[in-house]
Amino acid sequence: MGEVKLIGTHQSFPCARIEWGLKIKGVEYEYLKEDLSNKSDLLIESNPVHKKVPVLIHKGNPIAESLVILEYIDETWKDNNAHSLLPQNPYERALARFWAKFIDEKCVISVWGACVAQEGEEKEKAVEGAIETLSHLEKQIKGKKFFGGEKIGYLDIVAGWLSYWLSVLEELGEIELVNAERFPCLHEWGKNFINTSPIKDCIPPREDVLAYFSFGINYVRSMAPNKA
Amino acid sequence: MAKSEVKLLGAWPSPFVLRARIALNIKSVDYEFLEETFQPKSQLLLQSNPVYKKIPVLIHENKPICESLIIVQYVDDVWSSGGPSILPADPYDRAIARFWATYVDDKLFPAMKSIAGAKGEEERKRLIKEVEEGLALLEDAFNKITSKGNNKLFFGGDQIGYLDIAFGSLLGWLRVTEITTGVKLFDQVNTPGLANWAERFCAHAAVKDVMPHTHKLLEFAKTLMTKLAPI
Repeated sequence: MGEVKLIGTHQSFPCARIEWGLKIKGVEYEYLKEDLSNKSDLLIESNPVHKKVPVLIHKGNPIAESLVILEYIDETWKDNNAHSLLPQNPYERALARFWAKFIDEKCVISVWGACVAQEGEEKEKAVEGAIETLSHLEKQIKGKKFFGGEKIGYLDIVAGWLSYWLSVLEELGEIELVNAERFPCLHEWGKNFINTSPIKDCIPPREDVLAYFSFGINYVRSMAPNKA
Repeated sequence: MAKSEVKLLGAWPSPFVLRARIALNIKSVDYEFLEETFQPKSQLLLQSNPVYKKIPVLIHENKPICESLIIVQYVDDVWSSGGPSILPADPYDRAIARFWATYVDDKLFPAMKSIAGAKGEEERKRLIKEVEEGLALLEDAFNKITSKGNNKLFFGGDQIGYLDIAFGSLLGWLRVTEITTGVKLFDQVNTPGLANWAERFCAHAAVKDVMPHTHKLLEFAKTLMTKLAPI
């Protein structure tokens, strides 16, 4: 104890990823709750480049960026029958990394965009774009319980926001992206994922996530240029 | 391994394709280089990278691997005995290398790329400043990383590694940017550590034959600008 610290906020899904990873590996850690409106000296010192959460501190060494942290966790705690997060096979590993990058670069951005966009053609287009990115994930999960196979793996953790945070975004954006009709496999995966331990032990209250995203959406909308 | 078992679909000006070539060279992998035609994109490209339709694509035993840094890690995994390790041995050093490689892709490269298309002098200056700040961070990172070990030659120690490849692949285009903006980004005054590292990197056996010459990249950039310029 004291060896592993996580600087984060419970509403943030990149931070949830790290908790899931640590808990799956059975690693004990101290959670240092960060107030993003008043960033701590520790956060700024540990992640001077981005000043963002999550940051993992292990034996005094800070690591930032959720995907980088997940690989670090997998590589550092790999004994004691610890469950491997990334696949063993190099090709499968490359695929997992590819889809993780796709999720962060395409899915997150397009879903956020669809949510933020206001009524009209712009919103329709944004929703179509988001659905298109998610359709790739539907194909990937087809025929599997988890992206990692029988057990939760790296890609499940990275995609995990779809099982809970997404529904909050859908509500705020007044859209529906993942449902049982359109994406039956992804929908099923989401239900399995969110109901599995230790995933379900790190879910923040819905109203906190609502408030967190609400603030962000209103901010972005207020910055948008007025249409003539 | 038969040469045809490993193919790399790419284009000579691309820094991302260069990353894959350097990694394959480090591991002494025999491969077939397929120069992508573009206009239109080849069937092979569309089939092997349907999601992004971009190069590079490594095709190994008929399986495609996409995204340059993912390819580099794959090469390191598969041909582990073919040459020195590309990723550092220690998990923390690996995390640092991955962090900075992500920074290069997410921040440095996009800023550098946008300079040419900047709308107005103010935006141009802002982007140049962003690149300068990024290089200052990498200079700092280089000093920190090399002060840890005995070997101060590369980010990877005495051999080029993951971060050398991720960042070094941009050197040609950084030099083109210096020429087109008239701003010295990379030199003994601003970034002495990196300036010396850059020379060593470009002279490395795995790099020198595949790194495109700056004057060729400059010609290529001029052709691109002519094509993209409004009529």
